[in-house]
Amino acid sequence: MRVTKSAAIAAALSLTALTANAGTLEDVQARGELNCVVTTGLTGFAAPNADGKWEGFDVDFCRAVAAAVLGDGSKVKFVPSTGKTRFTLLNSGEGDILFRNTTETMSRDADLKLSFLPVNYYDGQGFMVNKALGVASAKDLDGASVCIQTGTTTELNLADYFRSNSISYEPVPIETNEEARTNYLAGRCDVYTTDASGLAATRATFEAPGDHVLLPEIISKEPLGGAVRHGDDAWFDIAKWVVNALIDAEELGVNSGNVAELGAAAGNNPSINRLLGTEGDMGAMIGLDKQWAARAISAGGNYAEIFDRNIGPSTAIALERGLNALWKDGGILYSAPIR
Amino acid sequence: MSTATVTADQRNVISRMWNDKENRSVIIQIIAFIAILAFFGFMGRNAVLNLEALGKGFSFDFLFQPASYDINQTLIEYDSRSPHLRATIVGIINTLLVAVCGIILATILGFILGVLRLSNNWITNRLAYVYIEYVRNVPVLVHILMVHGFIVHTLPIPKQAINFGDAAFLTNRGLFSPKPLFEPLFWIVFGLFVAGIIFTIWFRRYAKRVQDSTGKQYPVFWISLAAIIGLPFLSYFILGSPIEWQIPYLKGFNFKDGLVIRPEFIALWLALSLYTAAFIGENVRAGILAVNYGQTEAASALGVSRGRTLSLVVIPQALRVIIPPLTSQYLNLTKNSSLAIAIGYMDIVATIGGISLNQTGREMECMIIVLLLYLVISLLISASMNWYNKRIKIVER
Repeated sequence: MRVTKSAAIAAALSLTALTANAGTLEDVQARGELNCVVTTGLTGFAAPNADGKWEGFDVDFCRAVAAAVLGDGSKVKFVPSTGKTRFTLLNSGEGDILFRNTTETMSRDADLKLSFLPVNYYDGQGFMVNKALGVASAKDLDGASVCIQTGTTTELNLADYFRSNSISYEPVPIETNEEARTNYLAGRCDVYTTDASGLAATRATFEAPGDHVLLPEIISKEPLGGAVRHGDDAWFDIAKWVVNALIDAEELGVNSGNVAELGAAAGNNPSINRLLGTEGDMGAMIGLDKQWAARAISAGGNYAEIFDRNIGPSTAIALERGLNALWKDGGILYSAPIR
Repeated sequence: MSTATVTADQRNVISRMWNDKENRSVIIQIIAFIAILAFFGFMGRNAVLNLEALGKGFSFDFLFQPASYDINQTLIEYDSRSPHLRATIVGIINTLLVAVCGIILATILGFILGVLRLSNNWITNRLAYVYIEYVRNVPVLVHILMVHGFIVHTLPIPKQAINFGDAAFLTNRGLFSPKPLFEPLFWIVFGLFVAGIIFTIWFRRYAKRVQDSTGKQYPVFWISLAAIIGLPFLSYFILGSPIEWQIPYLKGFNFKDGLVIRPEFIALWLALSLYTAAFIGENVRAGILAVNYGQTEAASALGVSRGRTLSLVVIPQALRVIIPPLTSQYLNLTKNSSLAIAIGYMDIVATIGGISLNQTGREMECMIIVLLLYLVISLLISASMNWYNKRIKIVER
């Protein structure tokens, strides 16, 4: 009697330990809120605005996923993370999804047990220096002090690049972008290195952005994208196709302004009909309803709208589309067909 | 076995065991022990299951893979191709360096503070009091960030460095000072220094023996000073200064050559020392107050000088009160050094517990290593302090 009881307790306990990892979609829907891991603050990508509301490129992808899954893009709880804590937060279940300008690499995919979503920003690692130093190339940086965020791929690229070019330097390790900004401006380091988009975003917050230049060298490929935990394919599919739907929407000319109209009834373009659920039932394949993509698009617009509003040429960060233009516009951004 | 088959005799045995005070405490201890084991067993099992569910194994092989990152303060040879194990050792050395330097400075400052706190001079007394109350009521992390912020934001950049006679330079990237390069002849000087220490230990015993048997006193302090400091100094100049000083010079972005003490080390070292010194000061004050004033009076009644009263009567007894809490302060300082992470000082937590952990994704393994390292360091400090405490405590007869 006593034995069976304790065995039952043990079994129940081990079951709860296991069920914590199964069915992210069900967990999110039961909770009514999506836990999205973002940065502790990088203007343009993810940062709280003056009213304390999170804004940015990564934030809009979180909202699109929440809109598709929960029907409301505002039902997101943002979990701020440093470069070091992000994967632990995701893998321990604190977050359901990660959008934190994270570079996809083989070891992160296979060894850290992440599943990477389609790339949403093609980036590369650059260097920012004060104009007064008169540096024209990264090759001139011998002996410099370099501020670098720990726990990032940039840390490893930097070591590799300077080693292969026989350049000596003093690494100044720091935790967050904000710390890097203070140390760089105080002159603790001569150079700040991170993804070029991050440098542009950081520079936009300086009092005199014009005094600082990005060096021409881009020393790495940094395909940035979202990620989810390994092992939940259903959840991975949802996140993956929401990102694809936003890119597809730009290609098809669907935006937050016309999505309601186009989604009201089937039109002449079967691709648009499939995307917005007026023809077939793509949503059912990923466990959602027909309007999943329409909701994702109306949450923050298609890819172009998200890009332009947060980091595009008209913003302070002023990034060009460059590689991130659609494939038909000379970039390499490309969604697998939704059919 | 169900309860129904328990005979009256057996029930008697159980109740007798339970009613016996000694047996009962053994039973309770066994039950508590099993409960604790079960708890940790469950936690361990849970961790293993969760790691398995994620498909992550448990292995320390990563320690032998290249670390791939650079470290700014390395006292041993290290580059980005060195394995994680070597990065860990660099971290251990950096932790030990700041702990040892911190303990030395905190002890000196603490003793000064403790004595000042007992001063009859009102201003000195109050100043020490205000300092202690301010410092120990602000978290040490705040002190660390404040000192670091002060260095980085108020000291000049290398091009406008504060120049100490063209030999040392103070900047917001640290203190660049001349670096000693030892020539072969220097080792003679060093040998004399070691010999001086050995001689002093022997001489003190000899002087005590002579005093015990004849009452004759030698000027032990001055002779020791001459042996340890004087002779090596003299030989240094006779041998023609066999140390070459490598002077730092400004080249490009930074100073080259010389010895650099980085702001992260200075901030951590100063903040930890100043903070811990406040606590040590109070321990010292308690220790001195614990020695009855009557003993000082008795010593002066016997005609013992003030200095000797302090060194022979007050301090030996005060130390017995001071040493045990001092051990705790040393342990605190060492463990607090893990806050280095806040300013990017590359200690144990920042290397194996930080970057290595993050780049390899081996959270469990890395945290176990970090935990064990701190445990070993703390136990070593405890052991040596306990040994010292045993030496100075009252010999009971």
